[in-house]
Amino acid sequence: MSKTTRIDRRFAALKKEDRAALVTFVTAGDPDYATAEKILLGLPGAGADIIELGMPFSDPMADGPAIQASSVRALKAGQNMHKTLDLVRTFRKRDKETPIILMGYYNPIYVYPRERFLDDAMAAGVDGLIIVDVPPEADDELCLPAVERGLNFIRLATPTTDAKRLPAVLANTSGFLYYVSITGITGAAAPDVKAVHSQVARIKKSTRLPIAVGFGVRTPEQAKAIAAGADGVVVGSALVNAIRESLGSKGEATGKTVAKVLDLVKSLAQALRTA
Amino acid sequence: MASKRKKSASATLNTFRAGPNEQGFFGMFGGRFVAETLMPLILDLERAYDEAKADPTFHKELAELNTHYSGRPSPLYFAERLTEHLGGAKIYFKRDELNHTGSHKINNCLGQIQLARRMGKTRIIAETGAGQHGVAVATVCARFGLPCEIFMGAVDVERQKPNVFRMKLLGAKVNAVTSGARTLKDAMNEALRDWVTNVHNTYYIIGTAAGPHPYPAMVRDFQCVIGNEVREQMMEREGRLPDTLVACIGGGSNAIGLFHPFLDDKGVAIYGVEAAGHGLDVPNGHSASINGGRPGVLHGNRTYLLQDSDGQILEGHSISAGLDYPGIGPEHSWLKDSGRVTYVAATDKEALDAFQMCTHIEGIIPALEPAHALAHVKKLAPTLPKDNLLVMNLCGRGDKDIFAVADHLGMKM
Repeated sequence: MSKTTRIDRRFAALKKEDRAALVTFVTAGDPDYATAEKILLGLPGAGADIIELGMPFSDPMADGPAIQASSVRALKAGQNMHKTLDLVRTFRKRDKETPIILMGYYNPIYVYPRERFLDDAMAAGVDGLIIVDVPPEADDELCLPAVERGLNFIRLATPTTDAKRLPAVLANTSGFLYYVSITGITGAAAPDVKAVHSQVARIKKSTRLPIAVGFGVRTPEQAKAIAAGADGVVVGSALVNAIRESLGSKGEATGKTVAKVLDLVKSLAQALRTA
Repeated sequence: MASKRKKSASATLNTFRAGPNEQGFFGMFGGRFVAETLMPLILDLERAYDEAKADPTFHKELAELNTHYSGRPSPLYFAERLTEHLGGAKIYFKRDELNHTGSHKINNCLGQIQLARRMGKTRIIAETGAGQHGVAVATVCARFGLPCEIFMGAVDVERQKPNVFRMKLLGAKVNAVTSGARTLKDAMNEALRDWVTNVHNTYYIIGTAAGPHPYPAMVRDFQCVIGNEVREQMMEREGRLPDTLVACIGGGSNAIGLFHPFLDDKGVAIYGVEAAGHGLDVPNGHSASINGGRPGVLHGNRTYLLQDSDGQILEGHSISAGLDYPGIGPEHSWLKDSGRVTYVAATDKEALDAFQMCTHIEGIIPALEPAHALAHVKKLAPTLPKDNLLVMNLCGRGDKDIFAVADHLGMKM
């Protein structure tokens, strides 16, 4: 029904290469705007196939300590929704192909207000949205207006999404489906690879959408193992932890910050290319 | 034209008691804004609650517990000296501070623990601010032999030490939450994170009439025992309904419990009292979501929230840990916009003054939360005629607050 998007084209291209997508998550403005911009611009070259950019929120209820801390750092450095769209605009001027997905919570969008946010996001070069706290029951709040404008709305399916519920989750999802590998928050326990693969296989019977798997994937080895049974692997907490570990004593970015994140992305990308 | 508009308004609002709709909305407020992991569980909970509501055994067991464990009905007490002192309305206190555990929170916990048992859940979690809800949860968990973990902001753990100790005595594990502002909203975030992680066996007893549907309606239903009793007791005492109701509002569970049974009695004036902290004009210095916030989405529902222009949630401030929450139950937001309830605010200082007044004049130490309601009674009662029957919900006792109050009054204990 809708036109193909950058996300569709990227997955189609990767299918030809016969490898899974590396989806990287970093928080916009973490640890500060300028450093975040450098990280963002460096991600495609380091091997990120799709970029998730977190919109920092004061109350990230679905996130573990690593991404909570990254939100706090970004907000403390003055990040807001307008600056997050600025980052996307800058990125899009340099890179016309790599998809960018904004990920976060509903309230900052709701008060932006939402219609204008969707217009601004589309104009800035955003390709999709993942909004954790807007379930399919509330599709007309945000999902349908987003899809109408040509944005992909990517839903999370979880181990608690049973066969009865799956059709509702898939109904207006586009771009890809994000399978949450555990019942829990981001950056928690490592997923059981076998269980994940069988869940992905189960969901595949109901959809032709690519399926990316995330939550708890940290290392190149884990990414490689997950990728063997999925169309994409999402890594987030490990990257924002790399940012944290690189900071100076006052929490400021150092000369190592950008390289540390991009090196981890490179090793993850390498692992997926040799899968 | 004017008459036409009036007609349609009355047609849509021939009752204020019909909400929420099937999707959990009171007008535009409420709903179910939660992560996918929780959605199946929330839908299960809704089904289980609907079944329980239709089951006479459920109501019978709850009534038994309310009577013999909690000590209901709580008295409707004529505050004679306070009435004389203020020289206006005839003031009654609904004495919910006399319930087992010392507040109205037990009403909701007894209902929800019964539901958790029906659903076969084996582990209970809860958030708490002042610790009153935490104590009530720890109490019902001890009574029914279920393990429980309470999430409490580290700041609140510090300012509500007696309640922390009571929870521990009752066998609860108290987790001090160090993220964010370290108060009630952060405790709720952490409880939600725990719930997402342990959905298979865990029941989350939310303490106020907020959160995703069906919580706001369910908590309200369990708290309506307050207003239902007041109706009966006032008919018995005075032969008619009250004229004025006053209750404090954090999330708003004691208030909705008092208000809801009277919403369709047009002659009853209803006041909700928010925490004005240092003053409504002090940026981030109060916890008055309705008087100083605007609509947004947090903790599973759309409601009035304290937030900045970017939609980041503000921490707020109140002397009372139980009112120190940046949101409010969605039904209150709807009652505000529909004009049925008047929402006002009282400052820390006004609440402290009212706290002392009540203690001296009536020999009752109120919690700092209802002291806010009392502060408004102090302003309102003198403006009302002597035959105006005013009921204030004295929803908690103040033992837990004596250390904090001593501190504010500059006394050493």
